[in-house]
Amino acid sequence: MLQIKLFITFFKIGLFSFGGGYAMLPLIQQEVVQNNQWITQATFSNLIGISQTTPGPIAINSATFIGFRTAGISGAFLATLGVITPSIIIISIFSTIISKLRGNTYLEAVMQILKLVAIGLIAAAALLLRTDVTNSYSSAIIFILVFFASFKLKVDPIILILLSGLAGFLFL
Amino acid sequence: MFLSFFKIGAFTIGGGYAMLPIIEKEVVDNKNWLSRDEFLEMLAISQSSPGPVSINISIFCGLKIKKAKGAFCTLLGCILPSFIVILLVAIVFSGIETHPITIKIFNGIRPAVVALIAVPIINLAKTSKVTLKNVWIPIITAFLVAFLNINPIYIISLAIIAGIILNQKIQKAKENATD
Repeated sequence: MLQIKLFITFFKIGLFSFGGGYAMLPLIQQEVVQNNQWITQATFSNLIGISQTTPGPIAINSATFIGFRTAGISGAFLATLGVITPSIIIISIFSTIISKLRGNTYLEAVMQILKLVAIGLIAAAALLLRTDVTNSYSSAIIFILVFFASFKLKVDPIILILLSGLAGFLFL
Repeated sequence: MFLSFFKIGAFTIGGGYAMLPIIEKEVVDNKNWLSRDEFLEMLAISQSSPGPVSINISIFCGLKIKKAKGAFCTLLGCILPSFIVILLVAIVFSGIETHPITIKIFNGIRPAVVALIAVPIINLAKTSKVTLKNVWIPIITAFLVAFLNINPIYIISLAIIAGIILNQKIQKAKENATD
């Protein structure tokens, strides 16, 4: 059943997401766009843009959005439940052994490597979306301007998304 | 507790990390539910656990303050705003996605999205102690995932195993050194 498939897929996504929202994008993309073909690559890119301007973590946003698109409100509910269930289980366990985790060398060693992997995954997320930048000169210009405005001038991402949308409406 | 986390969930836009300082302020300074040390320790564990950090820390705070009942309230409060907003957006967006104006607007937004994903890579590389010795890990990861279509689950599993083996070796070397 589709609802159960959504739950299991997003459970997997929740369980294997380390290092913040962007690091989990390649996994979401593989599961949702490639393996299950629940949404297209273009809709996936649009969804990330929407997530950057709406409240909440990207994982929750994409679970709710993709769940709804695939199987309506019950799909949205089960996909969202799926993505948070690993957190509920693991944090419940960790909260009972919090004193043992303090200064645990295994946890520290694993996290050090996972942090490096997470950087690679975020780079992969950007590379997987590269055609959105390379498909036209105007796209490349928007990319460069937004990159500069965010990196150097620290302009708020929401403002940058809104301005880019306006630029798209006017010029593209 | 539900209301506190609902407020936090509703007013922090653009990802979970924006929530963390606001949760800290509400839970530690405004409501005195936890001490700052308690909160920071829970935050460190939340960052080492799978799943969105803001969800993890919300569950953690709820559990610590009022057990399962508390966790239910904080989790629901944290998720409900984004669930409702995205559901409304999904309903509206699905109706207008193929409209020419929507396509134009999102043609402008998509390259901006890629830029906003790329910027944290540089900042993270600075804070995560990337050196010439270990820079191959992010590079190989990015290459395998983006160009060879390898599932990130395999790489993450491998990284966890590598971390455990590495730590065993380091600990053994330390024991030998003290003997």
